[in-house]
Amino acid sequence: MSDVLDSYQLLLKGAWVTVQLTLYGSALALVLALVFGLVGTSRLRAVRALNRVYVEFFRGTATLVLMYWFFYSLPLIGLRFTPMFAAVLALGLNVGAYGAEVVRGSVNAVPRAQYEATVALNFTPLQRMRRVLLPQAVALMLPPFGNLLIELMKGSAVVSLITISDLMFRAKQIQASTGETLWTYVAILVIYFVIAQVLQLAVRLAERRVDRMLGRAPSREASLSTIAAGAPGAEVR
Amino acid sequence: MTVDWDWSYTGDILPDLLKGLRYTIIATLAGYAIAIVLGMVWTLLRRTPFAAVNQAVRWITEFIRSTPLLVQLFFLYNVLPSWGLSLSSLTTGIIGLGLHYSTYTAEVYRAGIADVPRGQWEAATALNLPRSRVWLDVILPQAVRRVIPTLGNYLIAMFKDSPLLLAINVAELLHEAFEVGSKSLMFLEPITLVGLLFVAVSVPSSILVRRLERRYATY
Repeated sequence: MSDVLDSYQLLLKGAWVTVQLTLYGSALALVLALVFGLVGTSRLRAVRALNRVYVEFFRGTATLVLMYWFFYSLPLIGLRFTPMFAAVLALGLNVGAYGAEVVRGSVNAVPRAQYEATVALNFTPLQRMRRVLLPQAVALMLPPFGNLLIELMKGSAVVSLITISDLMFRAKQIQASTGETLWTYVAILVIYFVIAQVLQLAVRLAERRVDRMLGRAPSREASLSTIAAGAPGAEVR
Repeated sequence: MTVDWDWSYTGDILPDLLKGLRYTIIATLAGYAIAIVLGMVWTLLRRTPFAAVNQAVRWITEFIRSTPLLVQLFFLYNVLPSWGLSLSSLTTGIIGLGLHYSTYTAEVYRAGIADVPRGQWEAATALNLPRSRVWLDVILPQAVRRVIPTLGNYLIAMFKDSPLLLAINVAELLHEAFEVGSKSLMFLEPITLVGLLFVAVSVPSSILVRRLERRYATY
């Protein structure tokens, strides 16, 4: 046990890489989710198809397969990524696909009368999105986004398999040098748990803020549609 | 940028990949069976009147759910043997997958039960139905149809998480692809094929789940 705690510096370094991956990955995922999600609410069939292709493809492949593909396959056709870039890209593209479904569902779930009112008031499409639809949709998006954020953080553990020295990678190093299998894994499981709880807390605070902004009572327990965030058949209600 | 796709190589490696796919499917289905049953156990334990059991189960499932599956797999793979429990890597993988996703299915069952309108409980009370009939004839039939599409989603999610088993040497799809790739140093074809195989399975199943959703829609 003490051997493991003595290597706390390695653990902290690993945890920092995990946090970085989570932040970069979720930033990319958020952008992709917003872009492809809003594209999915378009009235034009061709534009909507763009959303379908992105969502179905990247939701359909496993993150690890995507990562391997970026890291091992694409260099053979001349596209070379640093491991970190490949990892962030794979995580962001995968979680972004789930996020896009959440965004699309949330915007569509805003009561139809709100949309009609903006048309009656002669809002431009941009104003309509920015002033009326998005502020209401964000309140619906936040709980599922919180789940996706945790999923992304957990998913980042696989980057150790493409040689990035994140928390999981450090655990293998420490295990090899100290021989303390049990305590090494207990230590990093606890660190992952703490990171997840902090992320969850941050999302809760954001939820409370948005709910107050819209004058809604926050729901205490996750509903069915929140749990399966962005998955097929889990429309936001 | 030149794309050198070798078709004859593609044909050569396909049997190996299909062998890997078999393990992927076995691990997914067996893990799913564990997840479905164990999730129900967690949900029922959380509804017991004992606060200690309640809270213990709550934190255990929360812990398992918010830590990475990969770490849990390594934990099971490396720690269980030192406790005198030697399992094959496939069994370890199945247990890991099942345990991890049982915490998700537990959440699904809980939300499904909570989703049954309060009026149903009240009506059952008003009719003085015995507890067993309240559950078996009123609540569960309504809860189950609500959770079926979501449970279907987790089957797809588990299928997509099964490549993680390669980290504990299960000869699943991605593992096989990597093996044949490292023999010939040609990674483009095998890993692209794996990606396509995943999409080929996931997309039809997600369409199926959407059908289920429509069929069991309650609103």
